[in-house]
Amino acid sequence: MSTLARAMAESVPDARGRYGSYGGRYVPETLVAPLEELEHVWIEASADSGFQSELAVLLRDFAGRPTPLQFASRLSLHLGGPRIYLKREDLLHTGAHKINNCLGQGLLALRMGKRRVIAETGAGQHGVATAAVAARLGLACTVYMGTEDMERQRLNVFRMRLLGAEVIGVDAGSRTLKDAINEAMRDWVTNVRTSHYLLGSALGAHPYPQIVRDFQKVIGEEARQQILQKESRLPDHLFACVGGGSNAIGLFHAFLQDSSVKMVGVEAGGRGKTLGEHAARLAAARGFTGACPGVLQGAYTYVLQTADGQIASTHSVSAGLDYPAVGPEHAWLAEVGRAEYTAVADEEAIEAAKTLARIEGIIPALESAHAVAELIRRAPRMSPEEIVILNLSGRGDKDMETLARYA
Amino acid sequence: MPESPVPQPSPAAPPAGRIAQRFRELAASRELGLVVYVTAGDPSLDATRDIVEAAAKAGADVIELGVPFSDPLADGPAIQRASERALRAGTTLAGVIGLAARLRERTQVPLILFSYFNPILQMGLDKFAADAATAGVDGALATDLNPDEAEDYRTALRARGLDTIFLAAPTSTDARLERIAKSSSGFVYLVSRMGVTGAREALPEELPALAAHVRRFTPLPLAVGFGISQPAHMARIGAIADAAVVGSAVVQEIERAPTAAEAAANVARLVQALKGAARKSARRI
Repeated sequence: MSTLARAMAESVPDARGRYGSYGGRYVPETLVAPLEELEHVWIEASADSGFQSELAVLLRDFAGRPTPLQFASRLSLHLGGPRIYLKREDLLHTGAHKINNCLGQGLLALRMGKRRVIAETGAGQHGVATAAVAARLGLACTVYMGTEDMERQRLNVFRMRLLGAEVIGVDAGSRTLKDAINEAMRDWVTNVRTSHYLLGSALGAHPYPQIVRDFQKVIGEEARQQILQKESRLPDHLFACVGGGSNAIGLFHAFLQDSSVKMVGVEAGGRGKTLGEHAARLAAARGFTGACPGVLQGAYTYVLQTADGQIASTHSVSAGLDYPAVGPEHAWLAEVGRAEYTAVADEEAIEAAKTLARIEGIIPALESAHAVAELIRRAPRMSPEEIVILNLSGRGDKDMETLARYA
Repeated sequence: MPESPVPQPSPAAPPAGRIAQRFRELAASRELGLVVYVTAGDPSLDATRDIVEAAAKAGADVIELGVPFSDPLADGPAIQRASERALRAGTTLAGVIGLAARLRERTQVPLILFSYFNPILQMGLDKFAADAATAGVDGALATDLNPDEAEDYRTALRARGLDTIFLAAPTSTDARLERIAKSSSGFVYLVSRMGVTGAREALPEELPALAAHVRRFTPLPLAVGFGISQPAHMARIGAIADAAVVGSAVVQEIERAPTAAEAAANVARLVQALKGAARKSARRI
C-alpha cells in the first residue's frame, strides 16, 4: 500500500483534475475559462511566498491557528479503548474548519481582482466563515442557503447578515445544500467577470477539490507534528465526518503516505438505508443504497441518484452532511482502499454529541458528532496502545435547537 | 405518468444529416433558421408530442427536446419550473427518446436531445446513442459537458451518426473555440450572454462582435441562444448568425396555457410570429 499511497499523494489530481477516474470539469462552457483562470492563479499563488505569508498571518491572527491537539483523557477512559486525541478545529474563529479555506480563497479573489464572493452554505458554517472573511478583506458577499437549512440554522443566518453578507434563500428542490450550490453557480455564471465563487467543500469542478484540499491540509500537517511531539509516533487511526469531505481530506492528506495510519470517513446515515433517507455515498458496504458514479455540479463522483440519473433527495439531521455527492478525492480513496467509509444514523450522532459534551465538556457540531459516534462504536474493540486522532471540525452552538428537540 | 414504450425503429431509414440538410435549405432561401426548445414531458409526453408537431408545422426548423433534470444549474426559473413539472409527470430520458420515435412517425423536423450529462451517463453512452439514433434523433447537446470531457461521448454518438452540438460562450478563449469547432457537428450553439437561460427584452450589445469572432473558427452554421424571445430579436440575429434558439419563451407559453391543446396552439402562434420575422431577416452574406 505504501507505494500506492506515495503514488497517489504525488500524482493526484492529474492535469485534468482526475483522482483516478473521479473528478474532472463537467461544467457549461461559460465556466470553463473562469475555472482555467482560477487554476492558473492558484498555481501562481502556491509558489508565491508573499501570498503564503499573508495567508499564514491571517490564519494565525484572524482565525486562531494552530489549533490544539487535545488528549481526550476522560473520553479515552470512558470508552476503555485507545488514546483519543481531538484536533480542535471547533476552536477556530467562526466555529469550524471552514475558515481555513475561506481565507485562502478570499486572497485568491483579491489576486484575481474580483471584489465580490458568492458562497453556498448548508449548516451555515461555510457561509458564516465566508461572510467574516469577506468583511475582513473588504469584499462584497452573497450567500445562498436552502430555506430548509435556514430554518434549522437560524442563528447562522443572523450571523451572516450581521457580518454584512446578503443571504438569499433557495426554495428549489430539497431546499438544502445541493440547491444552494445550483443557485450559487447560476449567480457565478452570470457575474463571473466580477465575482469569485468561494466553494466551501472539496467538491465541484477542477480545480476546486484540489484548492479546498490544499487550504485544508494544514489540519493534518499540524496534527501530524503535534502527535509526533506528544506521542513520538504516528496515530493508528484518523476519524472525520464526510459531507463534501473538506475537513476529512484536510486531516487525511498529510498522512496519505503513512501506510500504517488507517483512515475512517463517516457519512450521514440519516434515518434509514433506502435512497432518500440518508446521505451515505460511499458506505454501500454498510447497506446504504442508491449511490453510483455520476456527474453532479461539476465532478464525476459517487452520487445518490435514481436509475434514470435524477439526483435523489437526502436526509441528515446535520445540514452540513446533507448532500448527495461526495468529493472526488474521497471516491478515489475509497476505490483504492486507502480510506474506509461508513455512516452513522441521526440518533447515534445526537447521542455522541451528548456524550462528548458530558465527558469532555465540548459540544461538537452535529456533523463532527458523526465521527465521534463511529469512534464510540469502534473504540471498545481497540487496544489501549492504539492512538486515534479525531477531527472535531466544528462546534455545536449552531445546533442547539436541534439538540434541544432530541433532549 | 408511465414511461413511453421503448423506441420503435423508424419506418424508413432517416436521410443522413437532417440538421445539415435543413441548414443548407435555409442558406439557399436566405432565411434565418428557428430552433425551438421545449422541455419534454411538460406537462406530459403526449402534450409535448402535440406541441412539437404544432411547432414544426408553424415553421420551427429544428426542435430541441429538453430532457428534464433535477438540478438544472444552467437554467433560469422558467425552464427550472418546466423541469420540475416534467419530472413530477414521471419523465425519463428513455421516455423522451420514446417520444422522439413517436414524433418521427409524424414529422421529419430535425430533433436534438438537449440534456444534462448525468441521465445520459446513467443510461450508458452506447445505449443512449443507439436508442436515440434508432428513434430518429439527429443530434444531442449536453449542457454541462464541454469538449474537454466529451471524448467517449463523441465517439459513441459519432458511431451512430448523431451530431454532437457544443456550446460556445462569451468567455471561450480562442484555443477553446478551436476545440469546440473541432468537436461539433450539425451546428455550433453560441451562448449570447453570461448567465442562465431565460427570456430577456434586449440582446447584448457585444453579440455581433462575439458572433463574428466565433464564426472565424468554424464553417458550421451558428445558432444563437439564451435570452432570445421576440420576433423583434430576429432581425439582429439574422444579420450575424444562421439560426436563433428560443426556449424559455416557448416554455412559458406552455406554462401559461390552461390545457395541453391550448399550449400547442399558443406555441404555434409564437413560432409563426418568430419564423415570420426570421424569414424577413436577411441572412448574412
